[in-house]
Amino acid sequence: MKKLINDPQNVVPETLAGFEAVYADYVKVYYDEDDNPYVVRADAPVAGKVALVSGGGSGHEPLHAGYVGMGMLDAAVPGAVFTSPSPGPILEATKAVNAGAGVLHIVKNYTGDVQNFEIAAEDAADEGIEVKAIVVDDDVAVQDSLWTTGRRGVAGTVLLEKIVGAAAQAGKNLDECLALAEKVNGQVRSMGVALTACTVPHAGKPSFDLPDDEIEVGIGIHGEPGRRREKYTSADAITDELIKPVLDDLKAPAGSQVLLFVNGMGGTPESELYIVYKHAREVVESYGLSVARSLVGNYITSLEMQGCSVTVLLLDDELTGYWDAPVDTPAMKK
Amino acid sequence: MSDTLDTAWALNWIRTAQEVISEHRMELIDLDREIGDGDHGENMYRGFTKTVEKLADGTDSIASALGTLGKTLLATVGGAAGPLYGTAFREAGKAVEGQETIDANGVVAIIQGALDGIVKRGKATTGEKTMVDAWTPALEAAKAAAAAGKSPAEAFKVAAEAAAAGAEETIPMLATKGRASYLGERSIGHKDPGATSTSYILAVAADTAEAAQ
Repeated sequence: MKKLINDPQNVVPETLAGFEAVYADYVKVYYDEDDNPYVVRADAPVAGKVALVSGGGSGHEPLHAGYVGMGMLDAAVPGAVFTSPSPGPILEATKAVNAGAGVLHIVKNYTGDVQNFEIAAEDAADEGIEVKAIVVDDDVAVQDSLWTTGRRGVAGTVLLEKIVGAAAQAGKNLDECLALAEKVNGQVRSMGVALTACTVPHAGKPSFDLPDDEIEVGIGIHGEPGRRREKYTSADAITDELIKPVLDDLKAPAGSQVLLFVNGMGGTPESELYIVYKHAREVVESYGLSVARSLVGNYITSLEMQGCSVTVLLLDDELTGYWDAPVDTPAMKK
Repeated sequence: MSDTLDTAWALNWIRTAQEVISEHRMELIDLDREIGDGDHGENMYRGFTKTVEKLADGTDSIASALGTLGKTLLATVGGAAGPLYGTAFREAGKAVEGQETIDANGVVAIIQGALDGIVKRGKATTGEKTMVDAWTPALEAAKAAAAAGKSPAEAFKVAAEAAAAGAEETIPMLATKGRASYLGERSIGHKDPGATSTSYILAVAADTAEAAQ
């Protein structure tokens, strides 16, 4: 393993120290009594505004700390690499950003994230803070049934944080923010593919073993294996395998406008993301949909993994308006 | 020769468990790589190490030792293992609140408390390829030992053996809870990391209980 790290145990604090130094105008990094970090908007709490707190993120940079700032998140709780944060720093972050208008927790649907945020929300309620939670589950690779934990929260989370962040910035109350979050989650779908695994620093070896000529289809964002393994073919054929299940599941009425988001997993050249985007857009249009907004780049990653995910969000005037609203964070600006 | 376990035993259990988890850290990481995300060994190591630091000056009861373990695992492990093990040991501690020493019935109370905490938080049942598949047979074995008038060390011994067998039995199971469930059929043929760490922790409880007698 060759990585630009000093000690696997210090990856998160050293990352945050550098990040905070660069973006001192945007964020402050704090640690709770057990040395768990949380990242808070520099001007928090913002008077009268519903506060948004999201968590996990280490290994997925720029998620979520990169989205702390005006028009998006009020706090991010990174956790250890690929690990959900514990309740302590979630509670501290919630207290730090609460301005009295309530706090919305944005939780990706993983067993650990859901449990830790649940405990933190119970503790916050004991301290008189009103907390509501949206559990994001946009990954169509996982069958949503009695027999699984349910769909995972993946790249759709970034779009949700932007849109609900804009609504909170515009003065919407906690119930309205939650309703909007549920609406976004209800009409966004994603699916990802890995060409290589990634190496978690403290593990020191790849998260799964993938032969040179094979790809892993239906991956999550923690380097966990996907739903099935296939021979590598071509960008267009792989893109078909991502975008078609997304569109088939979304079932957007013909004539609808959508946002098309091609996300890099960390180790994919931007050029390849545009190749995927080009074909994905053709497929979206072949379904009778029009691409009204687009996003291409590394927004929610799995360390140095090669691969991408494709996300489609069904738009309407409300969502498009909030998507276009100003945002000023380290990793997203408009 | 004593037929009860005391606070010194509880502290020795936790300290020794930290050493054993440290020894098995890579094995737990590898099991988790196969069907999860490869952080279980690291996260458990971090949590137990922090607990040993917090208990360096000792404590005054079995309940407070287990309570500190639970609280610290909850605060430092993260992932799903943090809430599950954290709640387990917090409930285990509450189950023996006020007892200076425990007999085999106390062993049953600890394991029952732990299992109830895990089920409350994780909502899993047996056969879903989780740590419940190790704790459940452990409880049954401990209950039988207590009913037969066995010592606490013997109760932990049969519980640990049952947990180890339960962990082995997760290998052919299809995961329906937790991160391994995303793999569907591909989760079959792998041992559950949480059930495995449970079997190690209970094995240390048995070994330290025997040493205390």
